[in-house]
Amino acid sequence: MAFYVVQFLTGLASAASLFLVASGLSIIFGVTRIVNFAHGAFYMIGAYIAFTLTDRFSGAFGFWGGIVVAAFAVALIGVLVEMVLLRRIYHVPELFQLLATFGLTLMVQDLVVLIWGPDDLVGRRAPGFKGAVDFFGQAIPSYDLFLIVLGPVVLGILWLLFQRTRWGVLVRAATQDRDMVAALGVNQKWLFTSVFAVGVFLAALGGALQIPRDAVHHAMDLRIIVEVFVVVVIGGLGSIVGAFVAAVLVSELNAFGILIFPKISIILVFLVMAVVLIVRPWGLFGKPEAAARRTPGLTVNPWRPLTQNERLGALAALIVAAALPLFAGNYALTVGSEIAIFVIFAVSLHFLMSVGGLASFGHAAYFGLGAYGIAFLAKMAGLPMIVCLLLGPLLGLMGAAVFGFFAVQLSGVYFAMLTLAFAQIVWSIAFQWVSVTGGDNGILGLWPEKWAASPSHFYWLALGVAALVTCGLRIAVFSPFGYALRATRDSLLRSEAVGINAKRMQWTAFVIAGTTAGIGGALFAYLKGSVFPDNLGISLSVDALVMVLLGGVETVSGAVIGAIVYKALNIWLVSQTDLSKLVLGAFIMLIVVVFPKGIVGTLEMLLQRRKPLAPPGPTILAKPIESAE
Amino acid sequence: MSVAPTLLAVEGLTKSYGGIHAVRGVSFELRAGEILALIGPNGAGKSTCFDMLNGQNRPDSGHVRLLGEEITGRKPREIWRLGVGRTFQITATFATMTVRENVQVALISHEQRLFNLVGSAARVAREEAGRLLELVGMGGYADRPCGELAYGDLKRLELAVALANQPKLLLMDEPTAGMAPRERIDLMRLTASIAREKSIGVLFTEHDMDVVFEHADRIIVLNRGTLIAEGSPEAVRSNPQVQAVYLGEGLVYDARHREGTPA
Repeated sequence: MAFYVVQFLTGLASAASLFLVASGLSIIFGVTRIVNFAHGAFYMIGAYIAFTLTDRFSGAFGFWGGIVVAAFAVALIGVLVEMVLLRRIYHVPELFQLLATFGLTLMVQDLVVLIWGPDDLVGRRAPGFKGAVDFFGQAIPSYDLFLIVLGPVVLGILWLLFQRTRWGVLVRAATQDRDMVAALGVNQKWLFTSVFAVGVFLAALGGALQIPRDAVHHAMDLRIIVEVFVVVVIGGLGSIVGAFVAAVLVSELNAFGILIFPKISIILVFLVMAVVLIVRPWGLFGKPEAAARRTPGLTVNPWRPLTQNERLGALAALIVAAALPLFAGNYALTVGSEIAIFVIFAVSLHFLMSVGGLASFGHAAYFGLGAYGIAFLAKMAGLPMIVCLLLGPLLGLMGAAVFGFFAVQLSGVYFAMLTLAFAQIVWSIAFQWVSVTGGDNGILGLWPEKWAASPSHFYWLALGVAALVTCGLRIAVFSPFGYALRATRDSLLRSEAVGINAKRMQWTAFVIAGTTAGIGGALFAYLKGSVFPDNLGISLSVDALVMVLLGGVETVSGAVIGAIVYKALNIWLVSQTDLSKLVLGAFIMLIVVVFPKGIVGTLEMLLQRRKPLAPPGPTILAKPIESAE
Repeated sequence: MSVAPTLLAVEGLTKSYGGIHAVRGVSFELRAGEILALIGPNGAGKSTCFDMLNGQNRPDSGHVRLLGEEITGRKPREIWRLGVGRTFQITATFATMTVRENVQVALISHEQRLFNLVGSAARVAREEAGRLLELVGMGGYADRPCGELAYGDLKRLELAVALANQPKLLLMDEPTAGMAPRERIDLMRLTASIAREKSIGVLFTEHDMDVVFEHADRIIVLNRGTLIAEGSPEAVRSNPQVQAVYLGEGLVYDARHREGTPA
């Protein structure tokens, strides 16, 4: 019995940091409507700076002072980020905001390694809380007891701040209607900046307070952000009480989940999240979001299929690509195969994101599942390659069917957070379930059979599949299904009013996209000869997003062009520098801020400008009307 | 028209939000081919009432029957399949598609081809879409991007979309809100002629009394969630309770003066 009590208290102690970070995210979202993906990065910087300060300055004052100073320092960095980056993107579609803050996260990962090195850093114990309290023969670290008290104290302070101060009143007012607050003469800029600073302060404090419990390392940002997303999805984005309750719930589930499923403890959290989503899609304490800003929305150029000439052009490009083995060496062919595979991956995400309006931040999960599908079938069942290639993607299909069912219950930022959390769950299963997946060591020795073994043959295989998949999805875009799916994206209200069951359309699209990604993953496994948890990791998901974005999220062909350009650049970049995440992160932010239409979108816009204006339609009743909104 | 069957029967419809009765025991009937106006001052419960008819809002109690079939609390898409078209107070259209494609999506849904993944949507019911657009006077706009239409044209597009499933009943929430005066009259004349020709029942809410009195066969008046009057335009116009609601009881303004103005 005592053991369970101790386990329970450990859970409560873990909840403190989680609550700090989650409440910060919630506060920022409430006012600015930005889901700050970089929140985990601020948490991590907080931990690193606190480590340095507490290491340098001795004594109790050095420790506690170091933690507080670290949190303030990071808040200051947050203010800078808000003023330089976020102020430029408050008006853009939320997908771009998510991506820009994600770019920041990537940059921070490399910067942290650059400054503090790649090794885990073990921090000082907290002065005054070094010992443990004996509880019926079980030891409870006294620092845990401190954290258990701290959580509710911070909740109380936040409550006072929001209920009893003028600033708090403004923040609550802005959370309900920020335009009205601006209309009443409140300087919105500084309100947003201060809110962001407070949110970041809380994240950094959460990170700093973790150092006596856990080693500081450069992957802690992703771990915490996924947990935080789970917390805000369960608790309800924008609710501080919700963040507290859900943080406790998630921490306890983790604490006890380890006892029930030692290898895959995260399953328990997932199950609870699934139940909450079905019963209360907006979280335990959340309110339904008002209609979200549409994900795309930079132009209103209706899509059209390729003209006859454009089709011939695409065919010619394909023939040129197919001729590559005639004059290129083996390395170029391997790169070519990889690019073809990423074209498959990018068009699959495009279908979900551009056509369905559902920006998945965890699309790599289905790519990776396809790869693992190959590994299981080829290594364990020993099936021939062609059968593996046909059946392997089915694992992606199954994953997409299960996770997609829950994901499409939500939309916008919730959808993005949920897909990311699902992908992380799949990743941790692949990582932790060593007996089946080989864990970090992956599954090796997956070579293609003789007929596809040579680089040129494999290249043709990959190119052929990529061409087929791209054509297939293009047909789907212009099929009745594709139109109905776009209809749900354009106006949920209208599509429901003309008999379209949006969730079923979106779920179907999710399964199609997941299966297609699985096909890419299956080929990828054979290309690399191995599968690793990284094949379903976050960075791969972000790669897919960037490819679609780079090509142009509002175009039909963007994903193909984006994948080719991005992958070629990426392979080149990795061969040139160790700081590829730093460059990639900066690149993402650059696209979002100055180049949001992407390559194809920009080209289309230029062509549009050169064309003479379309002849005006009949002019009966065509005079401008005062708008209703 | 006296023998037309009862299309829509509403009985004791009630909805309250935290103790405030938005709609209280509202009952009325609508016959096929009849144009019924639902009027009332702001906050009378018109929109709440409307949303309960096509399933966007669930009533606390009461019944909505369409041709005798219970549709209370069903989803909007199911009610649409039973032949109820709807237009919105603030237009809801597919902004990234052309005008024709907007109508085609509704026709795709009507023909139950939503899960066709290989056909060409552009070819589905192209003529039918063109015909509907001609009907509402939008034929010349078929290939224009919907996102660049003027607001009045969007309203007419919505009407074409609402007619796509050959509805028996049209629900129009403030069909002319946000339009210029000339356009209001044109749109309602168009709606009325289509409705009479195809024997479609129309229920609409409206603030513009000129539109209401010119086209409604019958008028029902809501105030504070309850039905206070029902009858022909003449009867409603001379109903003292309606006059009190609309004009106030202070009698600073001569009610007879108002009656004298042409509808």
